[in-house]
Amino acid sequence: MLVEKAVALSAILFVLGTLGALTRRNLIVILMSIELMLNAVNLALVAFSRQWGDLAGHVFVLMVIVVAAAEVAVGLGIVIALFRNRESVNVEDSSLLKW
Amino acid sequence: MVDAQTFALLRWIVLLPLLAAAVHGISLAWLRRPLSRWATIILSCGAPILSFVLAFAALLKLATLPADHRYLTDTLFTWMGAGSFSADAAFLFDPLSAVMTLVVTGVGSLIHVYSVGYMDDDHREDRGFQRFFCFLNLFLFSMLALVLADNLVLMFLGWEGVGLCSYLLIGFWYADRWNAYCGSKAFIVNRIGDFGFLIGIFLLFWALAEVDAATVSFRELAAALPKIAEQTVTLPGWLGWLPGAPTWKLTTLIGLCFFLGAAGKSAQIPLYVWLPDAMAGPTPVSALIHAATMVTAGVYMVCRMSFLYAEAPGASAVIAWTGVLTAVLAAVIAIAQTDIKKVLAYSTVSQLGYMFLAAGCGAYSAAIFHVVTHAFFKALLFLGSGAVILAMHHEQDTDKMGGLRAQIPWTHRWFGIGVLAIAGIPPFSGFFSKDEILLSAHLAHGVPGYEALYALALATAGLTAFYMFRLHYRTFAGEFRGTSEQRAHVHEPVQWILTPLALLGALSFLGGWLGPSAAFTSWLGVDPAQSNSFANFLAPALHGIHHEVSHATEWALAALALAVSGAGILLATWLYVWRPELPARIRAAIGGLHRLVANKFYVDELYDALFVRPLVAVSEGLLYRTIDAGLIDGVAVNGSARLVRGFATGVLRQLQSGYAQAYLVVMLIGTILVAVMVMR
Repeated sequence: MLVEKAVALSAILFVLGTLGALTRRNLIVILMSIELMLNAVNLALVAFSRQWGDLAGHVFVLMVIVVAAAEVAVGLGIVIALFRNRESVNVEDSSLLKW
Repeated sequence: MVDAQTFALLRWIVLLPLLAAAVHGISLAWLRRPLSRWATIILSCGAPILSFVLAFAALLKLATLPADHRYLTDTLFTWMGAGSFSADAAFLFDPLSAVMTLVVTGVGSLIHVYSVGYMDDDHREDRGFQRFFCFLNLFLFSMLALVLADNLVLMFLGWEGVGLCSYLLIGFWYADRWNAYCGSKAFIVNRIGDFGFLIGIFLLFWALAEVDAATVSFRELAAALPKIAEQTVTLPGWLGWLPGAPTWKLTTLIGLCFFLGAAGKSAQIPLYVWLPDAMAGPTPVSALIHAATMVTAGVYMVCRMSFLYAEAPGASAVIAWTGVLTAVLAAVIAIAQTDIKKVLAYSTVSQLGYMFLAAGCGAYSAAIFHVVTHAFFKALLFLGSGAVILAMHHEQDTDKMGGLRAQIPWTHRWFGIGVLAIAGIPPFSGFFSKDEILLSAHLAHGVPGYEALYALALATAGLTAFYMFRLHYRTFAGEFRGTSEQRAHVHEPVQWILTPLALLGALSFLGGWLGPSAAFTSWLGVDPAQSNSFANFLAPALHGIHHEVSHATEWALAALALAVSGAGILLATWLYVWRPELPARIRAAIGGLHRLVANKFYVDELYDALFVRPLVAVSEGLLYRTIDAGLIDGVAVNGSARLVRGFATGVLRQLQSGYAQAYLVVMLIGTILVAVMVMR
């Protein structure tokens, strides 16, 4: 039963993250929401890993954490660069590439 | 394969001029450092002279071989091979190509030397001197490749090469638009003939491949031809009006295709119009390309294919009649021309007609004999006219000449020898070759209407004598008609020019004794077995028709021809020396007729209206404006671009909102769709 609860929690966290990424305007909050989605996935991976007794799930989680760390480093770097140029972290202010 | 017939020096006859041209080309176009004047002279004149020496060495070797094996070969490499088809870069030196090679390199060398004198004062443009010699050497290479080729494909390479060089040299002074136009005209008219030549090659090859004898090599072609000699083709219904329709011998069809090529290159009806305009080039070019060598390539080709024409009486009759009609037409036009080079140009067309007449009558050796003597005296006449033009500071109109005899006596003398030779006065060279041609026309019982053929050829002899003496008198006799300033500057040319004139004068005088017929030599006490030496030498390479004819007949025909020529000369003397006021009165009396002839029967205008203008109109209106600009540019290229742009701006642009979160929604929907598809 533990697995069902863990997966349910993971799904809730993922949906929360998705909604945050889609609706919030602040870039930093969007980044945090994406982190939330990643960690929801991590939770599901660990839960299934325990359920099936397969260590591959653990390995994937460590992998995702490393990638997430790198992503945050790059993402925050972009945010800072953007803020220096536009004095704003609102995504709607950055729409130069539209037609 | 090394045997008695292999002669490895042959390739150098052809390659030496190519090397010289390549050195010129590299120094001019690549390094951009032109050679000095003397380096250019030595390189350009040295190559043809060396080629001549080599050709002479090959001739000496050839003479040692027995008559039925009298040929030398030299194979460089297999040029192209596919299945049973193979064309080698190989050269064949048999009596026919030997004669042509010696003429091309011999006369060619003299004209190269002459060109040094003629082009020396040409400062119309930068580096013109070396560029001229580059093209001249390239021409010589192409011409020698054409003459020495052992197969049709290599011959076609040379054939196109001489056409290209002719174009380059006619338009040599390209700053003048008219010269460039004349060069293009020559090239395009030649291309029409080349089309026939190509179709002929294809037809012949195809017919031989059908009987498992696929080859393009001349010796093998001659051996394989009997296999297809009896084949016939059925003409389509709309050609039913042609004589002999609906079935023709295949050889006749092939022969006519080849003759179309020959008519283009050798300026015969209906493709002769380019040659008079080719006079826009420098005079040495007119002498070398448009008198002595390139224009005889068509005659050479017909003689080279004599094994084919021996089996194609229909094609031979067409050749004979085309030849004689061209001869008459060009001679008539020449009478009313005043430009010294135009007269000579029409005279060349007329003399080429003579050669085709002989070839059509099966007298190939007579045709080649006339090629040789014509190369001598027509090169002499052109070079002489070049000397006159230089003396007159590039004035070509005989209306402004006259009385030049006193001022340029040597040019006058050599030119006079040329005039006597072309008029057919014994013992000058033209007499002997023209006599053989007239004899062959007289005996050509296989050609329909041979009596008329002979009569027209005879009349042309009279016309030739008349217009040549007219030209000579108008240039050298009488009173000077130019300005006094021109008169003060008339001068005898330099030695570079006079020496080739003297040598060609000697050749024009003596050239006929290469092969006078037995009737003339027996009178001089020569053994009959030793006479006709030229025809006998050529015989192994040709498939001519031989006639036995009594010496009395030959003498009678010669006397008749001489009488007609003499009448022409007398008439010219009467009109232009004794009663010089008469020509103007005659001109006035027959005004319309004179205008018609002086304007060349308006053939150029006719072609212009019939072919050039409709072609330009169709090209401009339909092909260019409608198809190219309208369909291809408008619909295909710009239309497809406009379509893509319209779709992009109308539809695709709406997707690019620029909001990162809108893209995120699309990505999410996409991911979900993929996930659903994977899980199903």
